[in-house]
Amino acid sequence: MADFEPRIVTFCCNWCSYAGADGAGVARLQMPTNFRIIRTMCSARVDPEFILRAFSKGADGVMVLGCHPGDCHYIGGNYRARRRIALLRLVLEQYGFDPKRLKLEWVSASEGEKFQKTVNEFVDTIKALGPTPLKKEEA
Amino acid sequence: MLFCIPLYVPNQLVYGGNDLSKSALVIGGGIAGIQASLDLADRGIHVYLVEKDPTIGGVMCRLDKTFPTNDCSACILSPKMADCNGHPNIDVLTYHEVLKVDGEAGDFKVTVLKKARYVNPKECTGCGDCIAKCPVKNIPDKYEFGLVNRKAIYIPHAQAVPRVAVIDKTQCMKLNKDKCGNCAKVCGKGAIHYDDKDEEIVLEVGSIIAAPGFKVWDASIATEYGYGRYKNVVTAIEYERMMCASGPDKGHITIPYFKVDSSTKEHPTKVAYIQCCGSRSEKKGWKKYCSSVCCMYATKQAMITKEHGDLQEDIFFMDIRSYGKEFEAYINRGEKEYGIRMHRGARVSNIEEDPVTKALTINYTDDENNGVSETFDIVVLSIGLAPPEGAQEFADTLGIELNKYGFCKTSVFKPLETTRPGIFVTGAFAAPKDIPTSVAEACGSSAKAGAWIVRKDFQPCAPKQYPAEKDVIGKEPRIGVWVCHCGINIGSVVNVPEVAEYAKTLPHVIVSSQSQYACAQDCLESISKAITEYDLNRVVVASCTPRTHEPLFREACRDGGLNKYLFNMANIRDQCSWIHMHQPEAATAKAKDLLRMSIAKAALLEPLVGSEIPVTNAAAVIGGGITGMNAALDIAAQGFPVHLVEKDTELGGYARNFNFSEDGKPVKEYLKELIAKVEKCPLISVHTGVTVKDIPGFVGNFTLRLSDGKDYPVGGVLFAVGAKPYKPTEYGYGTDSKVMTQIEAEEKIEAKQFNAQNVVFVQCVGSRNDDVHYCSRVCCASSLRNAIKIKMANPMANVTIIHKDIRTYGFREELYQMASSLGVRFLRYPADKGLPKYDGKTVKAFDCTLGDCLEIPVDALILATGIAPDRENKENLAKMVKVPISKDGFYFEAHQKLRPVDFATEGVYVAGAAHWPKFMDECIAQASGAASRMLTVISKDKLISEGIVAGVNEALCDGCGVCVGCCDYNAVNLVKQDDGSFKSQVNPGLCKGCGCCVASCPSGALEQRGFRNKQIIAEIDACLDYPVGGE
Repeated sequence: MADFEPRIVTFCCNWCSYAGADGAGVARLQMPTNFRIIRTMCSARVDPEFILRAFSKGADGVMVLGCHPGDCHYIGGNYRARRRIALLRLVLEQYGFDPKRLKLEWVSASEGEKFQKTVNEFVDTIKALGPTPLKKEEA
Repeated sequence: MLFCIPLYVPNQLVYGGNDLSKSALVIGGGIAGIQASLDLADRGIHVYLVEKDPTIGGVMCRLDKTFPTNDCSACILSPKMADCNGHPNIDVLTYHEVLKVDGEAGDFKVTVLKKARYVNPKECTGCGDCIAKCPVKNIPDKYEFGLVNRKAIYIPHAQAVPRVAVIDKTQCMKLNKDKCGNCAKVCGKGAIHYDDKDEEIVLEVGSIIAAPGFKVWDASIATEYGYGRYKNVVTAIEYERMMCASGPDKGHITIPYFKVDSSTKEHPTKVAYIQCCGSRSEKKGWKKYCSSVCCMYATKQAMITKEHGDLQEDIFFMDIRSYGKEFEAYINRGEKEYGIRMHRGARVSNIEEDPVTKALTINYTDDENNGVSETFDIVVLSIGLAPPEGAQEFADTLGIELNKYGFCKTSVFKPLETTRPGIFVTGAFAAPKDIPTSVAEACGSSAKAGAWIVRKDFQPCAPKQYPAEKDVIGKEPRIGVWVCHCGINIGSVVNVPEVAEYAKTLPHVIVSSQSQYACAQDCLESISKAITEYDLNRVVVASCTPRTHEPLFREACRDGGLNKYLFNMANIRDQCSWIHMHQPEAATAKAKDLLRMSIAKAALLEPLVGSEIPVTNAAAVIGGGITGMNAALDIAAQGFPVHLVEKDTELGGYARNFNFSEDGKPVKEYLKELIAKVEKCPLISVHTGVTVKDIPGFVGNFTLRLSDGKDYPVGGVLFAVGAKPYKPTEYGYGTDSKVMTQIEAEEKIEAKQFNAQNVVFVQCVGSRNDDVHYCSRVCCASSLRNAIKIKMANPMANVTIIHKDIRTYGFREELYQMASSLGVRFLRYPADKGLPKYDGKTVKAFDCTLGDCLEIPVDALILATGIAPDRENKENLAKMVKVPISKDGFYFEAHQKLRPVDFATEGVYVAGAAHWPKFMDECIAQASGAASRMLTVISKDKLISEGIVAGVNEALCDGCGVCVGCCDYNAVNLVKQDDGSFKSQVNPGLCKGCGCCVASCPSGALEQRGFRNKQIIAEIDACLDYPVGGE
């Protein structure tokens, strides 16, 4: 278990969190390599289906990062993302899947450090939770 | 048709004929000249960009990184160079020189020398075969600042634009002795022409922008530092090349002496940086002014050097001048996170070299006033900026004046204007300055220059023509992949060759190659060519971030006849190599994954077409201060209506409080004239005493909604809302009559009511502390200005300035020198120990120089209060158009270096103190810059919208209407069908492409173009269906 390297799918919105992730790079903030970013225009574009797809394909964790409440580039997309994810968490839990594996966080375009912190914490969380149960069943 | 193709016919061909709208001339192809050309060209004005060297790019393209973002210089400049070269409205005339300027503003006739290149640029492919065969070596390479040698035929550098060879006629054997001729023999294209001759051409232009840049100060004047004698003493610009991945050592920093004698170690373990080399001194040959940029670039070099390997680095300086946006935080990061040792108040007197080991010894005094002698492997001299080579001849040619320092003469109220009407100045030719300031000014000078060209009968240039887009519908995907090294930014961490090889194993990939800089002209051209050559119908580039570089690669696709939406990017730099620097294997695996995901999505991309959006040809300027008014006038000068909104009942902004004079003219008088000009201007509608309620809409189509209930349609919005003075709570301000702010002191001095004998200024009140981290930039100069006035009126007054650093950058250093010579005392207190104490009678402060606490009697305590961002006001406006605010509370522009007055949200701009604290001349220049950016949008009749919008598959839609409530833009509606059922419909003109409705659709009928469900799922699957790294 000590050498468990989680696989994390991260959805970033084009305007805030993707820019924040770039900002982390520009500032050379170092972090683990476990995550892969998929860019969408808005966090509200992240269909719950995408998250379920990622889990079913063996992702150990999924992050959705959007603009801060009130700062969405598209008025209120992030509020919708928040509602959808809150609901999805309930569904995940009902199916016996730890909702901690799904994280929603706000990262603005100028928050490279917050991006780094979010990644670090989530990788730690997932490492503590261990590999996804869906992967184990397959194996 | 305005656009005229210059034909090089000998004996003075005149072009830019009388019946056509005039062109503009930009002299100098550095970043300033490039930006000025691009803005003019985007405004529809034809531009001649004349550069005396064989390539554009200037100094910036030779830098490694840029502060304060540590962006790779080549990466951010290359797109602009490529843009310039490919722009249909710009004729790039490299290796040309201006000989004579006749005529007058609006109607100049400029004689230009076209220097013989001996290589036909139209035939040369830049292959380099000729260079390999040239026998003449050992010519110091000017581009590498003499660090290496070049041949007699050469291409200036790998990223040269145009990438074409040139023969150095002073060195070529064929031209001088009629021997050799190798280059012509090996050139497969027959591009070499030894009979090429210098020619004179005449350009007819309406206005001129002078941007010849600067030259670095000659370090050999500083004999005490041994430059030229000591091998391990290098100048900062040489060190920049030593650090750079495209430099002679490929970015491996080695001790120079090591190369001549390998008995010493190769990599340095100790590097020292000596500041103010050539600047801020009365010494013979030195410059009196501050070169403005050296503190920052030295810190940058020290930070980047640390990234090359662990070592000790020391910076020796008098004052650290981190006055710009985010600069203070950058210096702090260098000191605290990177462990760079900062030696304050330390002017190094000399360097000694060990004759055997060639190690360099510096003697200095440490913070405890102990004498220290320390040895270093390399000493970097932070050399200053001097006027460009031949500045006087250049000025004579143009008929303009220089100032006493040999830079272009300008004035505070007209910072972009030379002494000759119709000729404008930008960049470091006016004063030493950094890149963002040069860029903002470059935009500004193009607004000014454009006003001489845009007249009643002005016809903008026709837009660029592209080859017909190839039909890709129903065709098997054929993907071309390019993986970028980005110098060493990616290549030093990620194994690029391995990633490029890996791509070849993936489905649909036809060709995969690697590139030193994918964004450089040669690679962009190869992408365009490969589309035809390999019949590609998708292109993927793995490099930096699509946020900055996607437009460039999309353009290359269009040039190759491919719809621009058939391009996809994998971000393996910002989001991979830069954040996993110490994990090369894992980073390589991640890069492969990211590329595989990008390719999987690319295979499913479809061609998209944006719709045409009409543009409202009017502007809104929010804020009626000096910045707002100047911007409004510049926009109106090109014939567009402006709504100028000021929340106060009168125009003028904070400058109404200023009592001082600039260039011999009271600011209040200037302000009066400016207000009169604005109020008289028929195109400017002034709205005072009202606030902005909302600004709904999007680029080209905003509605300015004011508190008086009126709405105005505008095409763009400029935020010039300024900042506000910090209101001090320190030192019993407001209760103690001895304590006052600068403005209050100034008022008393001007009214001749200031008669205190013991005057103490305290700097950095409300700046550079635990709450406000930044430097307010203007306070040092205003304290000095007041101190000088006090001393002039009463030479017996005891005036003390208590400071952390004195930040009189540029020519403002003059104030510092004058104050010192008048007997103003300077006391440096520790930067980290809080403000000095005051008990109503005396100020107690620790003097770092003396190493002791001093008690100074006080009759007047003048607080140099900083500039507060006025965050609340900014946030209100920011929310209306969705633009970000920086952590310091100022507006956060699109790119700190190269887009200083734009926001990431199109059609919204920023200028003046709303962007960052700054001086009046800087506000005026930036105002013009923002006006120019605004003009590039509102001058157009239409824009093409993004193709990434939602669409409905009616066969799947069952009319539930969930999507309708989801859309914040009312872009989705239910439309009744003939059979009585309802179907959802998206209005592409209103759709912003967020994709919110798409994710809400329960039946999968809605799709977001460019981000379809199947495309995103393909990315997810490509990520997880393979093991990490794909093996």
